[in-house]
Amino acid sequence: MIRFIVQRFLGMLVTMFFVSVMVFIIMELPPGDYAERYAFRKFSGTGVTVTEADVNNIRVKLGLDRPAYERYFSWIWGIVTKGDFGPAFAFETSVNNVIGQRLWLTLAILFSTLIVTYLVSIPIGIYAAVHRHSIADYSLTVLSYLGLALPNFLLALILLYISVTVLDSSVGGLFSQEFEGAPWSWAKFVDLLKHLIVPAVVLAWSATAFQLQTVRATMLDELNKLSVTAARARGIPEWKVLLKYPARLAINPVVSTVSFDANRIFSELPIVALVLGLPELGELLIKSYIDLDMFVAGAILLMLTFMIVFMNFLSDIALAFLDPRIKLEGG
Amino acid sequence: MRNSIGTSETSMNGTSLDGALLKVENLRIAFRTDEGQIQAVDGVDLTAQTGRTLGIVGESGSGKSVSTHAIMRLLPGTAVIHPDSSIQFRRKDGTVVEITQLAPTGREMRAIRGGEIAMIFQEPMATFSPVYTIGNHIMEAILAHEEVSKQEARERAIHLLDRVGIANPSRRVDQYPFELSGGMRQRAMIAVALSANPSLLIADEPTTALDVTIQAQILALMRELQEEMGMAILFITHDLGVISQIAHDVVVMYLGQIMERGTVREVIKEAKHPYTQNLLQAIPRLESLGQRLHAIGGRIPSPMERPPGCPFHTRCPQAMPGVCDKAFPETTHFSPTHEVNCFLYEGS
Ligand SMILES: Nc1ncnc2c1ncn2[C@@H]1O[C@H](COP(=O)(O)OP(=O)(O)OP(=O)(O)O)[C@@H](O)[C@H]1O
Ligand SMILES: [Mg+2]
Repeated sequence: MIRFIVQRFLGMLVTMFFVSVMVFIIMELPPGDYAERYAFRKFSGTGVTVTEADVNNIRVKLGLDRPAYERYFSWIWGIVTKGDFGPAFAFETSVNNVIGQRLWLTLAILFSTLIVTYLVSIPIGIYAAVHRHSIADYSLTVLSYLGLALPNFLLALILLYISVTVLDSSVGGLFSQEFEGAPWSWAKFVDLLKHLIVPAVVLAWSATAFQLQTVRATMLDELNKLSVTAARARGIPEWKVLLKYPARLAINPVVSTVSFDANRIFSELPIVALVLGLPELGELLIKSYIDLDMFVAGAILLMLTFMIVFMNFLSDIALAFLDPRIKLEGG
Repeated sequence: MRNSIGTSETSMNGTSLDGALLKVENLRIAFRTDEGQIQAVDGVDLTAQTGRTLGIVGESGSGKSVSTHAIMRLLPGTAVIHPDSSIQFRRKDGTVVEITQLAPTGREMRAIRGGEIAMIFQEPMATFSPVYTIGNHIMEAILAHEEVSKQEARERAIHLLDRVGIANPSRRVDQYPFELSGGMRQRAMIAVALSANPSLLIADEPTTALDVTIQAQILALMRELQEEMGMAILFITHDLGVISQIAHDVVVMYLGQIMERGTVREVIKEAKHPYTQNLLQAIPRLESLGQRLHAIGGRIPSPMERPPGCPFHTRCPQAMPGVCDKAFPETTHFSPTHEVNCFLYEGS
């Protein structure tokens, strides 16, 4: 097992290296660089003619004149050794300052969405399979098709409307006004959780519907296995039979798609965040791209992709725990 | 057999069992399906005696598995056991229970399952869950029925693996089913079944998937264990050749009904029913061992369209039109143990 984990971990590091190169290439892709944008910003409308030499001076000052591989390595070096993601030009501060808060909030949204998705889809999928053809099963199926069909920005608007009119609570943002700048406290944490529920439900909606169907289908398959009958024939209590044998295998497809879910959440997040007014990373990413503020964009891309690669690593490990055939065959 | 009336009262003194361990009377099982009712088992009587093996033979669809699953109450929710059916079983403490009256997932039924009646299946690979070790399965069975520590259960598991002839049991106990060979898995499955000292072992085609040498080894092991532990065995198979190696008594089933029954000698050497005679001619020869039987002419009717009268008349070379398709034949006795249901002998 330890060997398997080490193997997967090294694999993850290699993947992260390639990902970081790709992110860097993406950072380089837009035509022009921040030096030109800076010069344009600073001198437009002032009547001053900007020469090529001026732009070059700015470039040298910002360190943008060095060859690409050199800039790549000093960028990565800063990240790996000091956790420094470089300067955020447009904000005239460091990337860490710009991203910091938003990163944690994005991660909070990610994990609360995943938790809602699995807490709802796994038990209900198992229940529906065990009580196949019951009224509960049919209604859950209908509901989950509705879930798949409803676009989530629409759902966000509906929930926003309901919570503002009926529940009279503020859903916009992640904190109530009184906690906005306040230091962390239990009350602030609870306040955050309250605000996380709506975005988590919205983002979890379609994934829950999808995973529920997956769990139900796998569970049905597993329930028909001879090993389940054999366990009953050994006199094992029914609840234990269900949990120990079919349920354990029914969650495999869910565990193996955790990183897909994370990926999907990151892609859907900007629209939902826009509707709900959440300060997350996606919006900042687009803005920094427009500004050619490439260290900010790079840091965000890197964070999001690393997160997905890391989730993939975790799901590999979890799968190996759930199904020993994986580590014994693969290692 | 069809006219023998079952009793569904629970008797606490065991007299109604006449010393038998298990008595199944007039067992009738139907499945509710979208296309209508399927009468899978229609009036079957079986008796199991301690220390003896009852072979149940018949082609696919004769209701062998369904009947034995009924004994363990493992049938799916769509199955209906007729209220006149009776399954009486003598428990280890001497009391006799009417199994049809027990709740399928209730405490008493669970104590009987595995604890007093154990089952082994045709496919050991599928019987084990691929994600748990062999030892886990055995220990689970032990811990479900006895108050012992995990450590003790583990030692018992190793001992059992040793007992069923698995070399290196202390290493095998921690291995996964896919790390064992087919014959070893079959042995391990027997170890699981024996873990709580059952008084009745139901073996549903346990050797069909094995090659001949291993099949012979497994049969020898089962005979040996029976002598040692004194349990009764219900042994299901397609193959009268296997029956002659392991059974003391035999019932021959076809489409949910019993055609012939007797001691293994009577059924193999003096088969009376045309169906049994056909099965005997179809015993696999060396070159075709391990294959399923297809040698009897004609197609097995689907359970949806069971022929009226004697269900075998559509394929029987000696069928008498106007007789066999009208009613099910009465039972003819050739000896106290040898019974046949066939119009050829009625009144003789
Ligand atoms: N769950 C079910 N629903 C409907 N019909 C069933 C079900 N299980 C079994 N049957 C029917 O009951 C009949 C008897 O099946 P059973 O499995 O007992 O046959 P068998 O004698 O064990 O045959 P085989 O040798 O193929 O195992 C078959 O016609 C089968 O179609
Ligand atoms: Mg069968």
